[in-house]
Amino acid sequence: MVLARPEVAEASGGSAGPRGRRLPRGKASLRGAAARAALLALPVAFFALFFAYPVASIVGRGLREGDSWRFGQIAEVVARPDILGVLWFTLWQAVASTGLTLLIALPGAYVLARLDFPGKELLRAVVTVPFVLPTVVVGTAFLALLGRGGLLDDLWGVRLDTTVWAILLAHVFFNYAVVVRTVGGLWAQLDPRQEEAARVLGAGRFTAWRRVTLPALAPAVAAAALMVFLFTFTSFGVVQILGGPAYTTLEVEIYRQTAQVLDLSTAAVLTLVQFAAVGGILAVHARTVRRRETALRLVDPSHTAHRPRGAAQRALLGSVLATVGLLIAAPLAVLVERSFDGPGGYGLVFYRALQSAEASGGTFLVPPLEAVWNSLQYALAATAVALLVGSLAAAALAFPRTASGGAPTAGRVVRGFDALLMLPLGVSAVTVGFGFLITLDEPPLDLRTSWILVPLAQALVGVPFVVRTMLPVLRAVDARLREAAAVLGASPLRVWREVDLPLVRRALLVAAGFAFAVSLGEFGATVFIARPDNPTLPVAVARLLGRPGELNYGQAMALSTILMLVCAVALLLLDRLRPDRSAGEF
Amino acid sequence: MSTTKKIAVSALAAALGVTTLAACGGGSGDGSAGADGSGSKTVTLVSHDSFNASPAVLKEFTEQTGYTVKVLKSGDAVEALNKEILTKGSPQGDVFFGVDNTTLSRALDNGLFTPYEAKGLERVPEAVRLDPGKHRVTPVDSGDICVNYDRKYFADRKLAPPQTLDDLAEPAYRNLLVVENPERSSPGLGFLLGTAAAYGDDGWQDYWKKLRANGVKVVDSWEIAYNQEFSGSAGGRAAKGDRPLVVSYASSPPVEVLYAEPRPKTAPTGVSTGTCFRQIEAAGLLDGARNEAGGKALLDFLISRKFQEDMPLTMFVNPVAEDAKLPPLFTEFGEVIAEPRTMAPEKIAENRDQWIQSWSSLVLK
Repeated sequence: MVLARPEVAEASGGSAGPRGRRLPRGKASLRGAAARAALLALPVAFFALFFAYPVASIVGRGLREGDSWRFGQIAEVVARPDILGVLWFTLWQAVASTGLTLLIALPGAYVLARLDFPGKELLRAVVTVPFVLPTVVVGTAFLALLGRGGLLDDLWGVRLDTTVWAILLAHVFFNYAVVVRTVGGLWAQLDPRQEEAARVLGAGRFTAWRRVTLPALAPAVAAAALMVFLFTFTSFGVVQILGGPAYTTLEVEIYRQTAQVLDLSTAAVLTLVQFAAVGGILAVHARTVRRRETALRLVDPSHTAHRPRGAAQRALLGSVLATVGLLIAAPLAVLVERSFDGPGGYGLVFYRALQSAEASGGTFLVPPLEAVWNSLQYALAATAVALLVGSLAAAALAFPRTASGGAPTAGRVVRGFDALLMLPLGVSAVTVGFGFLITLDEPPLDLRTSWILVPLAQALVGVPFVVRTMLPVLRAVDARLREAAAVLGASPLRVWREVDLPLVRRALLVAAGFAFAVSLGEFGATVFIARPDNPTLPVAVARLLGRPGELNYGQAMALSTILMLVCAVALLLLDRLRPDRSAGEF
Repeated sequence: MSTTKKIAVSALAAALGVTTLAACGGGSGDGSAGADGSGSKTVTLVSHDSFNASPAVLKEFTEQTGYTVKVLKSGDAVEALNKEILTKGSPQGDVFFGVDNTTLSRALDNGLFTPYEAKGLERVPEAVRLDPGKHRVTPVDSGDICVNYDRKYFADRKLAPPQTLDDLAEPAYRNLLVVENPERSSPGLGFLLGTAAAYGDDGWQDYWKKLRANGVKVVDSWEIAYNQEFSGSAGGRAAKGDRPLVVSYASSPPVEVLYAEPRPKTAPTGVSTGTCFRQIEAAGLLDGARNEAGGKALLDFLISRKFQEDMPLTMFVNPVAEDAKLPPLFTEFGEVIAEPRTMAPEKIAENRDQWIQSWSSLVLK
């Protein structure tokens, strides 16, 4: 067992790794480049058509006057004190939210990756549920918890609504799963024997963890931190609902300027600012990840977890469970409680009302329950698209550099595309949605009123998840395995099937879960696309909340509860989907 | 064993994805909406999220005219209108519903609508016709934005509920009122315009200073104000809201009754009749509509008695046609506002942005 020390196994672009076998130059690298180009064709086309073109169009419209560009606008807008205030708040709340999320979620990632205890699968599903809840529901739940007359108010007279704390806690609530699933997914597959070997060689428990496990986890932690940062930097619903009029993020301001004020030029400048900020973050991230990527020994996760040993691990498990209980289960429990709290005591009144269109007084043309089915259809379609595009992109990006390195420019192009794929997470959803409106309006691409636009827009946000989740695992596949297969005469496709696929299937399922979840929760541009009257769950909830009366409010709570259940069940199924392993798999 | 199994699982997943796509494609109704020619049997109505109509009524329209209505919901009223302005000339639908006196000027200035005088317009009083000369829009409904009060709160304290705007600034009602931010909410904007109509261009700011000193609370949306902060609504009671006064609609009390189980004898909330501002909502034929004939038929239908009498219980608004009757629920539990304040669309257009700005620096800072 050789310890894979990062500085030894560094795969720096261009030069071969220390033990890399050199393949014959020329033909192999050409074939590699061609294969990569083929893999990239679909993702590139997808992004050009459904992201770059709409966004460029709407930004262009804001920055052009007649035939001339007005770049003077940019300096003008950015210097406005109100805009500076928005920028400052956006930045610091994102930093604070990210730090807080990592602090609270990393122990959870460890517990779910390395410890075995009853109800583990359920816990994993529970922590993921928030991620897919529509912000309108989360806002309601958090107000019930932190607001006036909420749980904290009853117990200790503490009220946090319309404070920054409400926003930060809601961000942790939303993003806990990102850290747990991204970091935990890799952690579960790290070979514990490496750490044990270090211990045998005399390292203390902490030193062994710091020198062996932490470097191996670093890319996943960085990826998770990046995602959380992007999410909180571009936070929209949470800030709008919990922040009250006092707090505004860049994303909320872009929405205001676009949808409410129709001041496209200010919106365009802000979009560019957000673009630049996100681009900067991604560039830094790409560099750090490249530095730290190592060939890891991945093992079957089912062998790495064990029952808690010793007081420390039991205490850790206890504290994680308590955190999850307070931060994640409590807001969800409030929703469930209110969904049953009908007139005249607890009962199923609200759930019964969901089954008929009449009870909702014409809120819907169809019974609200049908929204569940609509949502599932959209989510499945969006997941299929995101997986297809995302895995092709991830495969191309992880495509092994031949020993000679190929042309360095190709590497740069690929890395550029890697960052590009992340941009939809950093571009305001309203910008994308309004971009669709003005670009996809001519046959054969008049998709504005077509159902397919919804899953496509959702997939746009889902793809980065798929790529982020799969890439660390794909890159961690030891290149020597591939090379061995290639030397033995396997075609690239066969290499991928026999070597990569078995190792990444789990990542693929996690990615599918994310894509599905993103779609169910309706992040992104869909909110700004005019939808035919077949409401999805989040839309139905928002509509019910938007009308007065006890039955509507109760139905909204009931529908939110159903949404939670649907998500939890879908996620449980996904986690179960892993084919049973035979011991001889690795 | 494992390899074949893996391939089987992957194949299954792929097949699942493909069938889903196919199923969605087949199962989502009318498929290609945009490519409709002028002879199309579908007429598309673009509206805000609050639009509703009973399925039976829409079916009747189809039986009468042969056109099927497709409804596209496009966000809140302001956002929906902005999207139409943005896609001017290449609209998403044939008819737009949801322009009102606070937004009308922007729609007309942008040349959004093709003039059309709807059949049956003579049944609509002159006073509510927003564009009487040119008929670029057809009035469809009216609604009154008023302060609602929690009956129980005031009865328990033997305090008379406020009835006028002046009352709201009285010390007796300190810290009781919650309003919406006019910049982000249409009832909030309506209430602000109501105060501007009442106190004039110079006086409304002083009035808001008084409200602020009297502890008015501002939240961003009607949902939060009504369902979280207001103590008289079902949602507010559940959330332990502690503000017994809220800016909402004159039609909110009947709706509270409609959705309460069991149905109470009196509405739990009342309307402060001297605080109201009237909104008139209209629809228009979009310039560049693919199905103009269908759009015109739909406009006729929107002011037909059938649709007008259906609206109160689906959208909680008042009909504009004189021959349309209010349902018993409204006559029994609602308030008819005899003299709401109102304002000319041109004046609103001229001042709105500046008023909102000075309101913000006055009340929020």
